[in-house]
Amino acid sequence: MTKKRDAAAQFFKSPSYRAWREKVYASQRERKASFESISFREQPELVTPENGGTVDYDRDLGNPGEYPYTRGVQPTMYRGRLWTMRQFAGFGTPEDTNKRFRYLLDHGQTGLSTAFDMPSLMGYDPDSPRALGEVGREGVSVATVEDMDTLFGGIALDQVTTSMTINCTATVAFAFYFAVARRRGIPFEKIGGTIQNDMLKEFIAQKEWISPPAPSVKLVCDVIEFCAQSAPKFNPVSISGYHIREAGATAVQELAFTIADGLAYVDHCLGRGMKLDDFAPRLSFFFDVHNDFFEEIAKFRAARRLWAKLMRERYGAKTDAACKLRTHAQTAGVSLTAQQPVNNVARVAMQALAAVLGGVQSLHTNSMDETLSLPTEGAVRIALRTQQIIAEESGVTNVIDPLGGSYYVERLTSEVEEEAMRYIRQIDALGGMLHAVEAGFPQKEIAEAAYQFQLGVDAGEQAIVGVNCHAEGGEQEIPTLKIEHEVERQQIERVKEFKARRDPAALAASLSLVEQACRENRNVVPVLIDAVEVGATLGEVSDIYRKVFGVYTDPGML
Amino acid sequence: MMSQGKATRPVRILIAKAGLDGHDRGAKVIARALRDAGMEVIYTGLHQTVENIVRAAIQEDVDCIGLSILSGAHMTLFPELLKQLKAEKAEDIVVFGGGIVPKDDIEALLAAGVRQIFIPGTHTKDVVEWIQANVPVHE
Repeated sequence: MTKKRDAAAQFFKSPSYRAWREKVYASQRERKASFESISFREQPELVTPENGGTVDYDRDLGNPGEYPYTRGVQPTMYRGRLWTMRQFAGFGTPEDTNKRFRYLLDHGQTGLSTAFDMPSLMGYDPDSPRALGEVGREGVSVATVEDMDTLFGGIALDQVTTSMTINCTATVAFAFYFAVARRRGIPFEKIGGTIQNDMLKEFIAQKEWISPPAPSVKLVCDVIEFCAQSAPKFNPVSISGYHIREAGATAVQELAFTIADGLAYVDHCLGRGMKLDDFAPRLSFFFDVHNDFFEEIAKFRAARRLWAKLMRERYGAKTDAACKLRTHAQTAGVSLTAQQPVNNVARVAMQALAAVLGGVQSLHTNSMDETLSLPTEGAVRIALRTQQIIAEESGVTNVIDPLGGSYYVERLTSEVEEEAMRYIRQIDALGGMLHAVEAGFPQKEIAEAAYQFQLGVDAGEQAIVGVNCHAEGGEQEIPTLKIEHEVERQQIERVKEFKARRDPAALAASLSLVEQACRENRNVVPVLIDAVEVGATLGEVSDIYRKVFGVYTDPGML
Repeated sequence: MMSQGKATRPVRILIAKAGLDGHDRGAKVIARALRDAGMEVIYTGLHQTVENIVRAAIQEDVDCIGLSILSGAHMTLFPELLKQLKAEKAEDIVVFGGGIVPKDDIEALLAAGVRQIFIPGTHTKDVVEWIQANVPVHE
C-alpha cells in the first residue's frame, strides 16, 4: 500500500466500507504499484460517501443555470440546444478557406472557426522576408480588409457566428471583420462571434507575440471595452487553457493558469474604470479536453464553480451573467499519434464525449491526420461526424450533467478546484498573472510538467498505444493535405497589388491616428476600423505596435 | 575530427527554433533530455532567422544543429539552413530535425542533406543514441 493511500484511509468512517477495505481489498493484488491520472494525480481505488464523494447540493452544485453553475450554465443544457459544432479551419488563400468553410456548413457544422497562418499571427504581411515559407501554410493568410471580405464571401456575418484564433494581432483582425460588416451594412450589435485575443496565454504557452506583456494586455482590453460599448453579442476574448495544456501543463495547471489569466483581464478592465457586470458576461473560455476521461469532466465542472465563486465573492458580481463560465473545448492535439494514425479517431471520440459530459458550449474535434499535416476534407468529416454521433446517437444529451452525484466525479471536481485555487493564490502572491508571466512562473511550471510527462512516456509509465505499447512497425499510411508553394507567391502578389492602389495620403493620416491612440493610451479599436478601411495592412499596424510598445523576444529558458 | 567514443569533450548541440513557429514543447523537452544525457546544449529560443541560427552555431562551435519546426515551413527552412551553412563553410555541422513533417517531405529532406527527422512519438533515448552514433565531436 502506498503512503498516500494510507493517508486517505483516515477519512474512511463508514464501518462497512472500512471493513471492506481492510479485510477484503487490502489482501488483493493490484496490477500496478500506483494508479495516477495523466496529470500525475494519485487516484483512489474507490470513492464512497466517506472519502470525499458527497457534496452539499445547493452550495456545491446548484441546479443547471444556477449558481455556482457546476451542473451547467444553461437551465436546459443540451435538451434545449446542442453545443455548437465548430471545427477550426484555415489554410492557403482566403478563397481556399472560404471553400472549406462552405463545405463544413454544408455538412451540418453550426459555427465557423478561423485558423490564421503564422505571418498573420505574428504581425507580418506576406511580402515580409520574415514570412518566407509560412504564408498560408498553417492557416489562412489574411493581411488586408479585402482578404477578410473574401474569406467570408457568401457567409452572412449576422447569422453564422465565427470564432477567430488570433492574438497579438487580434485588434487588427477584429477591425478587418467589423470593417467588412460595416461595408455589408450589418450593425455591430448584430454580430455574434468570438476572437481569441488572449495574450497572457501567448507568453505562457503559445508564444506568438509582438510587444511585451503589459501593452499586450492593454490591447486585449481595448477589444473587451469596445465590445462592451458597441458589439454586445461578440465575445472579445476567449481565455484559453488549450495552448497551456498542449504545451505540457497538467489539468490543474491548465485550469489555474487560465482562470488567473481571466482575473488579470478583469483587474485591468476594472482599473480602466469599466464596470464588472458590463464586460464580464462576455468573457468566454476555451479549454483542452485530454485523455483522462473523468479528470477532464471534473475540470469543466470545477472551472464553472471556481469562476462563479471568484466573480461573486472576490469581485462582487451582481448579475448571474457575470458569473457564468461559458466555454469552447477542443480535443487534445498533443494526444494524437503519428504512429497508427487511424487510432486517433477513437481518442478524439472519447475526448469529445468528456467535453460533452463536462457541459461545454462549443466543441472542435481534431482530425486523425493532424500529427502529419493540416487535415484533409475526409479526415475533418470524420471528426465532425464524431460529434454528431455523440449528439444524435449516444443518448448522453438526454439528461443534464448525468455524472453529477457520482462519488468519484464529485470528489475529483472538488479536488481539481481546490488544487487550482492553491495555484491561483500563489499567483496572487506574485502580484497577479501579468507579473507571474513576467517572472516566468507558469512557463517554468509547464516546462517541468512536460518533461516529467516525457520521462513517464520514455519509461513506459504513461502508456501511449502504438508508441510505447502495442506498437508495430510499417506504419499505416493515410492521405495528407498538401499546401502548394504557389499560395505564397499569390498572396505576395495580391498584397503588393493591394498596397499599390491605396490613397497614400488617407493611409498615412489614418496610420498616424492609430499611432497617436497607442501613444496616448486610448482605445485603438475605433481608429483601427477606419484605418483598415482605407487600406492599412496587418503588417503595417503591427509595425506601429513594434515602434510604440517595443518588441518582445523569447528569453529562451529551458 | 574524432569519433564520439574517443572525444575529449561532450558533443555540443544547438537546438533551434526558426521562423514564426511558437511550438517549443518538443524543442525544450529534447534539449533537457540531451543535457541529462551529458551533452552540451544551447537553445536559441523562439523565432530565429536562419542567419541567426548559423551565426550562433559557428560562434558556439557546435557539432550539430537540431532544428524544430511545427509550422509547416520545413521545406523552406531546412534547405535554407543547409545552404547558409555551406556558404559559411560550416557544412561539417550535422543538421537533424524534429516536428510535424509528412513522410514524403522527410524523404526529400534526407535527400537534400538533413541527416535525420524525428516525428512525434519519438523516444528521447532514440534521439540521444542517434546523436551518439552519427555526430562526430569536432576537435
